[in-house]
Amino acid sequence: MTENASLLLGRLGLDALPFYSWVAFSGALVTLAGGVGFLVLVTWLGQWRALWTGWLTSVDHKRIGIMYIVLALVMLVRGFVDAIMMRLQQAMSYNREGYLPPEHFEQIFSSHGTIMIFFMAMPFMTGLLNYIIPLQIGARDVAFPVLNAISFWLTFAGAGLMLISLVIGKFSTAGWTGYPPYSGVEFTPGVGVDYWIWSILVSGVGTTMTGINFVVTILRKRAPGMLLMRMPLFTWTGLCSSILIIFAFPALTVSTTMLALDRTLGMHFFTNDGGGNVMNYMNLFWIWGHPEVYILILPAFGIFSEVVATFSSKRLFGYPSLVYATAVIAVLSFTVWLHHFFTMGAGANVNAIFGIATMVIAVPTGVKVFDWLFTMFRGRIRFEPPMLFTIGFMCLFVIGGMSGVLLAIPPINYSTHNTTFLVAHFHNMIIPGVLFGYLAGYMYWFPKAFGFQLDRVWGARSFWFWMIGFLLAFMPLYALGLMGMPRRLETYGNPEWQPLLIVAFVGACLILMGIISLVMQLWVSVKNRKALVDQTGDPWDGRTLEWSMPSPPPIWNFDNVPVVSSRDAFHEAKLSGIPLPAAEEDSPLSVPKNSVMGPCMGVAGMCIGFGAVWYIWWLAFAGLAIAVAAIIGRSFVQSTENDVSFKRGATTT
Amino acid sequence: MWQAFNLMLLVVVPVILLTLFFAWRYRAAGGKGAYRPDWDRSPIIEVTVWGIPIVMIGILATWVWDKTHALDPYKPLPGSEPLRIEAIALDWKWLFIYPDLNIATVNELAFPVGKPLSFRITSEVAMNSFMIPALGGQIYAMAGMETQLNLQADEIGTMQGRNMQFSGDGFAGQTFEALSMSQDDFDAWLSNVRQSNSHLDTASYADISKPSTDAPVRYFSTVPPDFFSKRVAHFMGMEHEHNPNVKAADQ
Amino acid sequence: MIAASDAVEEQIDRETEFGFWLYLMSDAVLFSLIFVTFAVMSSNLASGPGGADLFDIKNLAMQTALLLTSSLTIALAHHATEGRNTTRAVVWLVMTCILGTGFLALEIRELSGFVAEGAGPGRSGYLSAFFTLVGTHGLHVTAGLIWALTLIVQIVLRGIDHRLLSRLARLSLFWHFLDIVWIAVFSLVYLPEFL
Repeated sequence: MTENASLLLGRLGLDALPFYSWVAFSGALVTLAGGVGFLVLVTWLGQWRALWTGWLTSVDHKRIGIMYIVLALVMLVRGFVDAIMMRLQQAMSYNREGYLPPEHFEQIFSSHGTIMIFFMAMPFMTGLLNYIIPLQIGARDVAFPVLNAISFWLTFAGAGLMLISLVIGKFSTAGWTGYPPYSGVEFTPGVGVDYWIWSILVSGVGTTMTGINFVVTILRKRAPGMLLMRMPLFTWTGLCSSILIIFAFPALTVSTTMLALDRTLGMHFFTNDGGGNVMNYMNLFWIWGHPEVYILILPAFGIFSEVVATFSSKRLFGYPSLVYATAVIAVLSFTVWLHHFFTMGAGANVNAIFGIATMVIAVPTGVKVFDWLFTMFRGRIRFEPPMLFTIGFMCLFVIGGMSGVLLAIPPINYSTHNTTFLVAHFHNMIIPGVLFGYLAGYMYWFPKAFGFQLDRVWGARSFWFWMIGFLLAFMPLYALGLMGMPRRLETYGNPEWQPLLIVAFVGACLILMGIISLVMQLWVSVKNRKALVDQTGDPWDGRTLEWSMPSPPPIWNFDNVPVVSSRDAFHEAKLSGIPLPAAEEDSPLSVPKNSVMGPCMGVAGMCIGFGAVWYIWWLAFAGLAIAVAAIIGRSFVQSTENDVSFKRGATTT
Repeated sequence: MWQAFNLMLLVVVPVILLTLFFAWRYRAAGGKGAYRPDWDRSPIIEVTVWGIPIVMIGILATWVWDKTHALDPYKPLPGSEPLRIEAIALDWKWLFIYPDLNIATVNELAFPVGKPLSFRITSEVAMNSFMIPALGGQIYAMAGMETQLNLQADEIGTMQGRNMQFSGDGFAGQTFEALSMSQDDFDAWLSNVRQSNSHLDTASYADISKPSTDAPVRYFSTVPPDFFSKRVAHFMGMEHEHNPNVKAADQ
Repeated sequence: MIAASDAVEEQIDRETEFGFWLYLMSDAVLFSLIFVTFAVMSSNLASGPGGADLFDIKNLAMQTALLLTSSLTIALAHHATEGRNTTRAVVWLVMTCILGTGFLALEIRELSGFVAEGAGPGRSGYLSAFFTLVGTHGLHVTAGLIWALTLIVQIVLRGIDHRLLSRLARLSLFWHFLDIVWIAVFSLVYLPEFL
């Protein structure tokens, strides 16, 4: 605490407002306008009560899932704006400044990575898990519905802190990985890194609880007869992801907390002097960071598995292989973290072992690709948008897998590490792998959530823009990386790089068209929702239990929890014409009551984070007090369920 | 690299082609393929799809083991006695010390062609990564720690070297010229450096340690003994003996 | 208001307990990473004082005795609630709180003493890791105390119901877990300095 801090406002002052550049200022204005616009709109529509009771305090996993996905889509746009700004900067900054000063460029690449991983991909995944898994396993809700709401609100608080950083103060300049000692106070004294730390710490707590919630839900709340080896693949991958979350997220909590202690209390975990150890941060961060990649991509694999079987009108090929491959990937993901820093100077033995361990992951991943391929073999393939994204994924993903194996070879890594080759590789995994999966899931399950389908044409347009845009944006980066271009470069003097960077910018523009198509798709579909309506609850001729109920499902999901006797039980029931038998239940049907716990903890998380960023300690302690009081208060609430038996059957078709 | 790449193409290309082919052949609207909705297992295919990747990764693994050891950056290169060079990353420039020649330079690294170069690398500031792309791989430069790298240039020429690890506002311009020259030219370069009036000492080191971007080339005709080792060691323990100039630029 | 049937309540309790075990696993990973960090930093004294210069074996013995005894008292409290004995349950829980508070008081005295001697967490990497490890354990104990106090109030207000039993079972699990962590702190952080 080297700066003079006032008791009331900490180190927050008028200089925190973004008047330093017009780009930053307009970013702040857009953010503010978005926030105010939303408030005005809700007020104008007179929907505050409906919003509060229907959504904000809801503990229904379906509502929470939708809120997660809305958050993810908003943050996707925000993160993409960062991306296209970087591409524009690099396309024009050969031998000149470009339009972004270094410090602003640094904030942009830091916030792009942070948003896309923590506040786009994670909420998108959690949202899909939330909406679908209880439906797929025949459960009425998740195991801990209120905890689920708290998880969402903590994620929201983290995202909120990110957005606030755009208006008040600056964001981190240390990249999404926040490597010390650069991220320490010695080199970056402002509030930026603190915003980064606290936004991911607050949301990370929520994510850990999500992991616990879903492991319990999947292992304990399945319908009778839903054996583990009868679970849909998406549920399996969700289970593996959740287990990874439980074991991996403590490492993120520990590494970022220690960084915060260094910065705020002058400790010496990762400082250059005072006995700090920088490499320890990298170990801790990547012990979380590598499993995180699989936390994100396994559910996407699950979605592809569902989509490829449904739209090939065929049973999933090699189900046991896919399950074992998923489990093997989950275990191996903890054994490879060192490949993120081969160049730290470890011995050849260590590097070779971690390199080989990394390549071994290619085996189960390759098996998965082949299993999807043979699911298509002798099928009847319908090219609906989710299937387009899946086919696109299979073609692009193997390219990313190949560049990943190359990066895992230490001698090659020495030349390609820190270059745009690396950037191209992980975007190749995260865009066609993770994001295509989530978008496929979004388009696949949208009719379940809202009772009408999404427009096909705009969906297909979006796919083609994303696919071609991705190729144009990232294939040049592979080439640039091999030419030795470092990542995170604000300007450069090599004339050979510029044409390729311009191509990459064009690619980013096509991706922009892809995002606009997504918006158009939603707009057009909502407008034509009467024509696109789905009365059956099963628009795709689905195979799993979520398609056995009306769309949107009633708040209690299943009027009668089904008894399952095989994999794809719903599909078989359709073929045989005999509905799934109903399980006996010994209690009246009830659903959890709304709870203010979620918003309370969100406010608390926001206060703690904002207070700690600006050294406004009373606010941080107030946040902590709210959290503790809320938990204690909640423990005194006796009645947490509403009986809804009388409504049962009212919506049965 | 290309061996590994070609080996993987053996799998990747068929996968892409098969995906497109299957998508076309088994399309619902007019596809010609058979339809077997309940076919979901085949031991032969299962064994193949596990087997092929295992065999491939097995081949690659032995290759990786050998190459990682053969190309270990710490391994001294064969041939004549190497030229020892010590590199210190500063904000945002490189200091090169030639301990055997008792000279030092900023942002210019000259060496005779064909001579093995043995680097010791550290940082005075944030983590950097030292790399001359035309000559080989990179290695991190970290304060209080020493890493090593062995390189050799086989041709005469001017190459660009740089920091690859983002380290702040001046990162983009943190480059230097690596000059591979004939022994005669190197001797001439050396005598030129030795004529410099500047000496590397506390004052001049404090001066070059000040954060600056696109720093000009500088020569120092003398270097105190064990200068590099002392810069590595000073982070260990003596907390209060800290260079006041090594601070963030924007403070 | 309709109370859900006992079977459903029981199922909820079992799920909650399973979830709590998962949380403890996650927390165990968290502690082990801090332990590993401590091990990595254990020689990074930066010419500052080491554990041998700072630690007081009497204080350590007292802290350990208090915490281990509190594990016994919370087990007794748990036993008393299972026998639906309200008075005894409250008494043992109060005892647990007193012992836990004593442990915390000694810890705070020890740590503030270090800070006063100039051996605060900012002195060296070793002390940063030490304060963080011991402090994280202390924060957990504090949370456990708040939890125990809440349960005391609930027993007094409502008596022992089946929800309380489940909560106390989890609290005592948590408390024993903290005991195990403390034994690890004792043997990995303190003990080597006295050998």
